[in-house]
Amino acid sequence: MLNEKDKIYSNIYGFEDVTLKGAVSRGDFSDIKNIIAKGKEEIINEVKSSGLRGRGGAGFSTGMKWSFMPKDDGKQHYLVINADEGEPGTCKDREIMRHEPFKLIEGAFIASFAMGATACYIYIRGEFFREAEALQRAVDECYEKGYLGNNACGTGEKFDFYIQRGAGAYICGEETALIESIEGKKGQPRLKPPFPAMFGLFGMPTTVNNVESIAGVGTIMRRGASWFSGIGRENNHGTKLFGISGHVNKPCVVEEEMGISLKELLEKHCDGVIGGWDNLKAVIPGGSSTPMLPKNLCDVAIMDFDGLREVGSSLGTAAVIVMDKSANLVKCITRLSAFYAHESCGQCTPCREGTNWMKQIMIRIANGQASSHEIDDLLEITKQIEGNTICALGDAAAWPIQGLFKHFRAEIESTLKGGM
Amino acid sequence: MSTVIHKTKENADTFEFSLENQAKVKAIFAKYPADRKQSAVMPLLDLGQRQNDGWVSVGVMNHVAKLVGMPYIRVLEVATFYTMYNLKPVGKNHVQVCTNISCYLRGSDKILEACKKELGVEVGETTSDGKFTLSEVECLGACANAPMIQINDDYYEDLITDNVSTIINELRNDKKPKVGSYGNRKGAEPHYCACANSPSLVPDDADKNDGVK
Repeated sequence: MLNEKDKIYSNIYGFEDVTLKGAVSRGDFSDIKNIIAKGKEEIINEVKSSGLRGRGGAGFSTGMKWSFMPKDDGKQHYLVINADEGEPGTCKDREIMRHEPFKLIEGAFIASFAMGATACYIYIRGEFFREAEALQRAVDECYEKGYLGNNACGTGEKFDFYIQRGAGAYICGEETALIESIEGKKGQPRLKPPFPAMFGLFGMPTTVNNVESIAGVGTIMRRGASWFSGIGRENNHGTKLFGISGHVNKPCVVEEEMGISLKELLEKHCDGVIGGWDNLKAVIPGGSSTPMLPKNLCDVAIMDFDGLREVGSSLGTAAVIVMDKSANLVKCITRLSAFYAHESCGQCTPCREGTNWMKQIMIRIANGQASSHEIDDLLEITKQIEGNTICALGDAAAWPIQGLFKHFRAEIESTLKGGM
Repeated sequence: MSTVIHKTKENADTFEFSLENQAKVKAIFAKYPADRKQSAVMPLLDLGQRQNDGWVSVGVMNHVAKLVGMPYIRVLEVATFYTMYNLKPVGKNHVQVCTNISCYLRGSDKILEACKKELGVEVGETTSDGKFTLSEVECLGACANAPMIQINDDYYEDLITDNVSTIINELRNDKKPKVGSYGNRKGAEPHYCACANSPSLVPDDADKNDGVK
């Protein structure tokens, strides 16, 4: 497991002083002048070679993403931080915002400087009112003490940090919907291209990064790319915040190294599965969109991007949802189908209509009213939605259902009327 | 909350921001480029809702539309797209029960039932004294502290049904219930972090492992 000294977040639970003074005493902002003095290119190269992959779900190389921003085009550039944490099961960015806000501000300054941006907007889901307050307090303190503003951290660079609150729309976690929302519109995803790096917020070059991707940047720059890339496995480097919920004895949020086994994660930090490992039925390893794993795959699952891809799922946001043998898997996925039907933005027909159809069939199956061929119809609908929409919400709605029937079809069919 | 709104004499109220909120309006506009006033529509709707007893009336939308220079219909479009804008009056305490997967797995059905029983209303209804509205909501992002409910701006986490009556009764008597976790912990920390300010955040056997590969 991860050594205490290799943790990025030393105050993730807020046990210690959460003001600037406390953060500085734990090392935040130390060396910031030297980091900025390295220059844009070197910062981007360092982040690239650290192997940091986006922590919001897609897992794209963060440094690579930054390098797509145009250079010396004379335009205003923006960093936008995605704190619309709404993927069911996911509760990690909340801990950063309320307990480690200065790591986020520091990382935002470094990232923005590297991309030629002098301003950053963070979009926080509306329900996180107290978290937005905590971050605002930190921002105010940074302005007061010269860490933000026209001469941020005494580096001579201008950097402003603005907080925007959402108002209850999961779709705004999609980066272009998020941009639309900051612009004061309905959060409906944009067609791409153009990508945000060319035409983003207010029509200017923009990069959207997850909270956790940005909050780790200061530590990576201080300790060096090789420190970060020395943790985890090839192509899956560094530490990661895992949020574990559902049927474990003690759910929690914990920072661990990438590549820890699922079993170790649950047993070390959550006091194990309720009723013991053998009472495990299935795990959704990376937030509601990722296909579930039956126990035999949980036995061998490695918690990183490639490890979970090998077993037919995905790391997503590393939100581990555990279901023991008492769980009604059909009901669980039906609840998720209802969620996606509720959150579809209504723009693309396959998703707007299909999510509702899927929800209705899932309800029939959950109530034992469906016949076996309806499962085929349902799976056909998932295939018709997948890949046929502007954004990934359609895919995200399809995968949990596909995952359920891939592993548990026979078991579910036996509960339906008329059997086969 | 999807509600069809028609401008009628009854609901076309007049609304203006209070003096105190006018200063906030100014601060909100300062966050965006001068030609991007439309960006303020969501924060202004939120501010209007807070001033207007928790809901966005046609008057609020009209006033916000004027301030940001958007047609009324665009403001209505935003107000109906996002679930946190209440388009009809709500109780003083808006009790929102998360029933998504992580909360469901840890008994949110029972929490919802307890809320219904304690308040004597169904989902979507307001108590006759106007003190409480009950809603069922999607994942609120506190999954490691499930089951949980949100009441106005605060989260109440790691709940059992008994906690629900305690919280609601305190609010009924205009008291301020404890916010955050009702389990024996501060927040989302693992079980081995026994108490706040604990010197050790690692399990006892941590030093047996030499950590980093």
